[in-house]
Amino acid sequence: MSNKVIQAMYDDDDVLLTAVKQTREENHQIEEVYTPFPVHGLDKAMGLKGTRIAITSFIYGVIGFAFAVWMLNYMMIVDWPQNIGGKPNFSFAENMPAFVPILFELTVFFAAHLMVITFYMRSKIWPFQTASNPDPRTTDDKFVMEVTMDGNEDQLSDFLKQTGAIELKVTEKK
Amino acid sequence: MSHYEAPIREPIILGDKTYHDISNDIAAPIEGKANTWWWVVFSIASFALLWGIGAIAYTIGTGIGVWGLNNKINWAWDITNFVWWVGIGHAGTLISAVLLLFRQKWRMGINRSAEAMTIFAVIQAAIFPVIHMGRVWNAYWVMPIPNQFGSLWTNFNSPLLWDVFAISTYLSVSLVFWYTGLLPDFAMIRDRATKPFQKKIYSLLSFGWSGTAKDWQRFEEVSLVLAGLATPLVLSVHTIVSFDFATSVIPGWHSTIYPPYFVAGAVFSGFAMVQTLLIIMRKVSNLEDYITKLHIENMNKVILVTGGIVMVAYLSEFFVGWYSGSSYEDFTYLSVGAATGPYWWAFWALILCNGVFPQLLWFKKLRTNFTVSFIMSIIINIGMWFERFDIIVINLSRGHLPSTWAQFSPTFVDVGIYLGTIGFFFVLFLLYARTFPVVAQAEVKSILKASGDGYKRARDNK
Repeated sequence: MSNKVIQAMYDDDDVLLTAVKQTREENHQIEEVYTPFPVHGLDKAMGLKGTRIAITSFIYGVIGFAFAVWMLNYMMIVDWPQNIGGKPNFSFAENMPAFVPILFELTVFFAAHLMVITFYMRSKIWPFQTASNPDPRTTDDKFVMEVTMDGNEDQLSDFLKQTGAIELKVTEKK
Repeated sequence: MSHYEAPIREPIILGDKTYHDISNDIAAPIEGKANTWWWVVFSIASFALLWGIGAIAYTIGTGIGVWGLNNKINWAWDITNFVWWVGIGHAGTLISAVLLLFRQKWRMGINRSAEAMTIFAVIQAAIFPVIHMGRVWNAYWVMPIPNQFGSLWTNFNSPLLWDVFAISTYLSVSLVFWYTGLLPDFAMIRDRATKPFQKKIYSLLSFGWSGTAKDWQRFEEVSLVLAGLATPLVLSVHTIVSFDFATSVIPGWHSTIYPPYFVAGAVFSGFAMVQTLLIIMRKVSNLEDYITKLHIENMNKVILVTGGIVMVAYLSEFFVGWYSGSSYEDFTYLSVGAATGPYWWAFWALILCNGVFPQLLWFKKLRTNFTVSFIMSIIINIGMWFERFDIIVINLSRGHLPSTWAQFSPTFVDVGIYLGTIGFFFVLFLLYARTFPVVAQAEVKSILKASGDGYKRARDNK
């Protein structure tokens, strides 16, 4: 079979949400939905799994914390202990209170930046990337649902029109 | 109805707007031409920036002896300005992170500009410690990198190094938070751009944002987690800045209430600066429907609360200094000695600007008035500058050895660098106002049906 998809455009988020639910009830495959802003409940209606990006952030934070502990211990205790204002320089545990700000900052630094990088990589957004939204209006006020063409084109078109689509377009998905 | 919102809540977006209207309104300043006033202010700011660059070049070329510092007062305007700018840089992340966690929808009209202001203010702040190093070319020594000095590491016991880590983390995290939020809005500008050059630039800036359902799901999760991370971060930054003073043994600096008091003061001054900028911006960029009286009033309420915390801190500092009975505490910045000594004018400027005048905001008539809010924000900005000046200069001007007592007078270089950073700040902000989507339009669209004036009226009249 071809990779034909039909792109149904809507001009309202509530209509789109109902259309997504109806389309799934009719057992049509939704390829993608493009919206100009986050439509709440859309991911659930489409049956998308929850994102695990918050979990990665936690893991990155743990890595950042561990890195900070290693770095502070190596630099301040192992490699070159210095007597600074009489602070204990022979034991990490005893010098630790002075390290709390750095431990905290590096935890946040790792958790925030690596999570954002993960997000950019997973969603394929980076400089010189070309946008994949099918119509320029989908970043303004229109919503597009891409449905796989299975079986009769006219039947599917009629069904999508019924759900409130204002425009339909059949294209080949790369 | 899923968009229902209690009728008692005031609308956040005024007028009968559609989604397309929002796009048009936000894109208008970018697509339109700058008016004469923009060029006038931009020219003045650029001139101030050039003046500042000259003053900085003179400082670096000759040494920091060209500043007004002396043996007794070895920190003055530089650190005052540094703390002032960092403090101003606290409002943006507070608005976008803390208010996100508290689900305050009114943040959406102002978070973009407040965060831009944060980033630009922190850049100004970073200039001061760097040039105060004297040998600017060695600034990278603050980083713990392997080196040729017998691998001599940085001192992680020092609050000044904590500052380096706190501020660079804060700046970089604020920047990615801001930029991630900008992606959908850049994409909106990109998709409606007609000039090929403009299209190219905004395509590059938008990172190919397409707005698929999965992208949005991740986007919202990332925003939430970043807000959760940025909230303790924003509190930590000024806490650590206050450690620069609080961990020392100078009377007036050595104080345990400094961290919360500094954080409250930072939010106080940051919101004042947001007021200053946004009250002008809503007029100039025709954003009166997005930055409304409600926004200004809510920010005034935050100013009132944080100003109250700051005032309580002043009073307790004053009381504890007096109650200690120590003669050395009688020349700290909040004492009878300061109020009647040679720096009486700085003392009273602090009390009047930060303590007395903001109390006027208790009156609803005044805090919902744009002119009053604007004047008040300027007064608070001045007052918060004096707070840092008082903490640093008044406390240092007196010491345990009366023969060392001194006064500070700034040289034209001190003044020039300060004016230069103000100029730089406004240059950045004015450029931002003409090239960036200044309201987070994607977020605003998502609350339009719940909090838009037109939708609310249609629903309530049913």
